[in-house]
Amino acid sequence: MPELASKTDTAVAAQAATTTDNVLATDAGPAPGKPRSLWSDAWYDLRHNWMFLLSTGLILLLLVVAAVPDLFISGDVSPRDGDLTKHYLQKPELGHVFSAEWLGYDHQGRSIYARLLHGTRASILVGVMVTVAVTLLGGLVGLISGYFGGWVDSVMSRITDVFFGIPFLLGAMVVLNTFSERSVPVVSLSLAVLGWTSIARVMRGSVITVKQADYVTAAKALGAGTGRILFKHILPNAVAPVIVVATIALGGYITAEATLSFLGIGLTDSISWGQDISAGKDYLRTAQYVLFFPAAMLSLTVLAFLMFGDAVRNALDPKSR
Amino acid sequence: MGRYVVRRLLQMIPVFIGATLLIFLMVHVMGDPVAGLCGERRCDPATAARLRQEFGLDQPVWQQYLTYMGNIVTGDFGTAFNGQEVTELMSTAFPVTIRLTLVAICFEIVIGITLGVLTGLRRGRPVDTSVLLVTLVVISVPTFVTGLLLQLLLGVKWGLIRPSVSSAAPFGELLVPGLVLASVSLAYVTRLTRTSIAENRRSDYVRTAVAKGLPRRRVVVRHLLRNSLIPVVTFIGADIGFLMGGAIVTERIFNIHGVGYQLFQGILRQNTQTVVGFVTVLVLVFLLCNLVVDLLYAVLDPRIRYA
Repeated sequence: MPELASKTDTAVAAQAATTTDNVLATDAGPAPGKPRSLWSDAWYDLRHNWMFLLSTGLILLLLVVAAVPDLFISGDVSPRDGDLTKHYLQKPELGHVFSAEWLGYDHQGRSIYARLLHGTRASILVGVMVTVAVTLLGGLVGLISGYFGGWVDSVMSRITDVFFGIPFLLGAMVVLNTFSERSVPVVSLSLAVLGWTSIARVMRGSVITVKQADYVTAAKALGAGTGRILFKHILPNAVAPVIVVATIALGGYITAEATLSFLGIGLTDSISWGQDISAGKDYLRTAQYVLFFPAAMLSLTVLAFLMFGDAVRNALDPKSR
Repeated sequence: MGRYVVRRLLQMIPVFIGATLLIFLMVHVMGDPVAGLCGERRCDPATAARLRQEFGLDQPVWQQYLTYMGNIVTGDFGTAFNGQEVTELMSTAFPVTIRLTLVAICFEIVIGITLGVLTGLRRGRPVDTSVLLVTLVVISVPTFVTGLLLQLLLGVKWGLIRPSVSSAAPFGELLVPGLVLASVSLAYVTRLTRTSIAENRRSDYVRTAVAKGLPRRRVVVRHLLRNSLIPVVTFIGADIGFLMGGAIVTERIFNIHGVGYQLFQGILRQNTQTVVGFVTVLVLVFLLCNLVVDLLYAVLDPRIRYA
């Protein structure tokens, strides 16, 4: 749905302010006994969290599927070629695990299971590429406007507001509509155009808190240059909330891509769950499984990234425990 | 207070101009506004050139933008691809979408905040864990899947609702589409309220209120909830704008002819007037909602004052 990605952003942004403070609070005092850093503390917490372990397992599995989809299906099955005479809307054979007919065939006689496996790559790639682009761009804008303050901050914040005010999916639709061939990088870029604002806001808030710390003053007093202060001292200490927001948003970008495909202006050159869901809706009354399996796969993927982000946030934000 | 509002309104002007300019450029520079005017085929060069001149598309972009904004100030939003005035489209589309958004926001407030309070007060108990898991699932299932499934079950199989909404779109028919539209936000509102309530439960003013001997109900509603609502109000305020512009999928599934439908048509046909016009109104709604949210802070938390 179009709402999700932008919604993820606002919800997370609403919490961001508190997260920043809390992260710093843990950082300030060493734990009794051996002093532990924020990250090792978080790692200790994560290893004992079933949600984290489950989601990590799922994500690793999905990455393997994305890399070598044919590993998981017996026989040589093409996800693109269908046999209408033999397999038109053939019902799933749930006993035949990992075979082409396991989850049935769609309206073009193509194996639904093979298409599920081969659709993973596009979804994961879009999710990761948008997240990377958004984190780099938003992170840089947030870092600069948070650190320099003054008129730089005012200008940058107003620009962020401008991009934030336009509905996120709408912008992607406008951009994509002008392309007739829509590959993974094109779709990713169209989502990143308006998607970077929440990261910029979180980064800015985080940097403003960190730059008042004593070690920044000390570094300045010792004559460190702006670049060194920014990237050696401020960035590593301000990046935690950004990572949390980015992981949670990743799931949202996967949904956004599927939504665009569902509306008919998504990927054109790859197999995509969104396209399959869109095609399946025409057979919803007679053959629900055509829609059900890609929808379930998509939801499971988004759920895995959401749970992962949630677990990381809880680990980095002790107050929410 | 009055001065604060005036200052905020003035700050809105550059953001408003920037946002309209951005969408104007995106629609205009990226696409070819004449492309959609000759049906499915490409326009022949002579017709295209005449159309360009007629619409003033041969002038530089900044001049086109100024002309467009000048027209908007006088209430002229241009014409859509089918020759209808954009203002006419707006007058039929916005009432429908406003009703849909109202239904969605009501669901968010009533169900979301109630669930949030219930789980926030019972941190770590089975109720809390199960509601939390349900919210995760609701967030991860895309709206278009939820919408299609509800439409199939309630509308087609059990016949409880009409599968597609009539053109009048009364409140009764918008209940299920509203719920679908609200579903993801609903889950976020629940989670935000839960976190906020759980955090504030340990605060001094709650302890004082309990120590005073106030009944539990009053402590929860008047003291705890009121102070925990700030992040929730922030979210819902921003959400109003998103729901109005983001209902494209929901409106498509349930065949509702609102803002999302018009925007979708406008984008597909590369009609600058429709897209920029509707987005301009949406940006205004979004900015005003933000202002109202900031003013609500002072109502919820008396420590916040606007000078």
